[in-house]
Amino acid sequence: MASGNQEAAMAYWKENVRLLITLLIIWFAVSFGLGILLAPVLNNIAIAGYPLGFWFAQQGAIYAFIVIIFTYVFKMNALDRKYDLHEE
Amino acid sequence: MDLTFTAYPIVGATFVLYIGIAIWAKAGSTGEFYVAGKGVNPIANGMATAADWMSAASFISMAGLIAFLGYDASVYLMGWTGGYVLLALLLAPYLRKFGKFTVPEFIGDRFYSKPARVIAVIALIVASVTYVIGQMKGIGVAFSRFLETSYEVGLFAGMGIVFFYAVIGGMKGITYTQIAQYCVMIFAYTIPAVFISLAITGNPLPQLGLGSTVMDGGYVLETLDNILVDLGFSQYTMMKGTTLNMFFLTMSLMIGTAGLPHVIVRFFTVPRVRDARLSAGWALVFIAILYTTAPAVGAMSFYNLINTVQPGEIGAEEGNLAYENVPNWFSRWEETGLLGFDDKNNDGRIQYYNDGNEAFADTAAEYGWNGNELTVDRDIMVMANPEIAQLPNWVIALTVAGGLAAALSTAAGLLMAISSAVSHDLIKGVINPGISERGELRAARIAMAGAILVAGYLGLNPPGFAAQVVALAFGLAASSLFPVLMLGIFSRRMNSAGAIAGMLSGLSFTLIYVFVYKGWFFVPGTNMLPDTPEYWLMGIGPQSIGAVGAIINVVIATLVSRATAPPPADIQELVESIRVPRAS
Repeated sequence: MASGNQEAAMAYWKENVRLLITLLIIWFAVSFGLGILLAPVLNNIAIAGYPLGFWFAQQGAIYAFIVIIFTYVFKMNALDRKYDLHEE
Repeated sequence: MDLTFTAYPIVGATFVLYIGIAIWAKAGSTGEFYVAGKGVNPIANGMATAADWMSAASFISMAGLIAFLGYDASVYLMGWTGGYVLLALLLAPYLRKFGKFTVPEFIGDRFYSKPARVIAVIALIVASVTYVIGQMKGIGVAFSRFLETSYEVGLFAGMGIVFFYAVIGGMKGITYTQIAQYCVMIFAYTIPAVFISLAITGNPLPQLGLGSTVMDGGYVLETLDNILVDLGFSQYTMMKGTTLNMFFLTMSLMIGTAGLPHVIVRFFTVPRVRDARLSAGWALVFIAILYTTAPAVGAMSFYNLINTVQPGEIGAEEGNLAYENVPNWFSRWEETGLLGFDDKNNDGRIQYYNDGNEAFADTAAEYGWNGNELTVDRDIMVMANPEIAQLPNWVIALTVAGGLAAALSTAAGLLMAISSAVSHDLIKGVINPGISERGELRAARIAMAGAILVAGYLGLNPPGFAAQVVALAFGLAASSLFPVLMLGIFSRRMNSAGAIAGMLSGLSFTLIYVFVYKGWFFVPGTNMLPDTPEYWLMGIGPQSIGAVGAIINVVIATLVSRATAPPPADIQELVESIRVPRAS
């Protein structure tokens, strides 16, 4: 592997890890944060007939997980191209 | 029309479909047998993964679990879906880039160590075998309850069908039957859910129905909270356990989900790295369709059940349903034993309340109630749904076919993981590395047949501890496999001594903690502490300990690897190469 490629791979990996950390913080916040730790407080707020903490724990967190994965898919596809490391 | 009469053609038709797919998808090489030739479309693989993942328990029991646990069941909903975020972001793309056949193979190659590979095989087999017992039981029970066969005949029929498509088609056959099975089970689950949501709230989307109002104008959840409190239970939407235990249980289920080999290996079957990422997203979409519907099914059928037995004012005599007036579905499910009525106060009416609540005992005595009279098996929340919503018999039959599809698809995925660990990791990897391609394919088929027979035997003679061990499967995957897989990708410095020490310490800590409360090797009476929250370490239950085991694994692995020599240069290059999608 040429050294230019190696540098690209290093920079690519750094950006990948930064993206992962951001997304995992969101993952943690919507499930453990809003769905468990803050649920008792959020349950005082109701959206339609759902106490908010309960909604996050049984609905919202799952929708958020889907959004997180697809965000990752699109960002990584862009990153693969940016560093010219994408597959054919 | 008689249910059995309708159920046979529908279940039979799904079985013919599975056999047809098996004949079409014969595996011709080890690559096809282990990873379906890496040619599965990412959306199709997402569907197959959803079927692989959602077991008999998800399909039949989860809604009932939610009904009786209320908010506390959120741990399963979040745990069994949030794991896919970890899988998509931390494992699937890199393991796909590695591009071989099994999870222990990655561990063996990355940590340049046969012992590490063998430890991974053992963890895989223990986790998968315990899990498969539940699926075999699910098949036997579904047959005996709805098709009026004996449990054994049902089990043999299930084994026969899996044998057919798994031995002939390997991963290729399993993948395409799983896609068909996903379609069967998702229709079977959502059709009754839509109708029950319409009947109770007037909203056809169960996910929105759960936030809507019931006929008398109150919100579903609010009404349920109020009735339950009036009957001596806790509020449906309130936390009943401790925050810390919920936190660790959710974390253990998430990490365990991401570490279960039969799920990981599904991402080996797609053509490219970016397909692996995309496929994980689709898998979660397909899983979420069922997992966001289940809370509505649980709450609404529970509401409906309580409303049926308690149609009037609580405490007034005529507030309770007279036994002679029970609806048809009530009588039918009473026959199967899923509902039970015992008229303890001899008033001919059904009282359902929490007789374990001492604070409520005086109120109950005032009402003239003499103990809870209704016993409800949680499986009824899904199985009785079609009748409660007054749907025709064929919908009930579809529910049976759906339950069988859920059990069969998960069983096949687990058997695939077990048999490839035996033929590829043990036979080809350790015992006879010189085996030919044809020889290995034959070995893989024999291993698959053997695994089915073992699973069938365990289904016929389920060890008494089977139910408890399923929780252990997640603990094992969380504490042994997930951490070393992740470290193998994200830490270039991680070496074989670190990985082995990490796996062994995480595994033994988790096992010992579980044994202390559940008995050594689950032998009843040998537990050293009672399995109740006040004796748990910091209130963390044995089911929730996998996450702690995972942390121990990571810490020990990191410390040991720092104290020993770094991995050889070619291994560090391997790590570099799996981190980028393009082949170099």
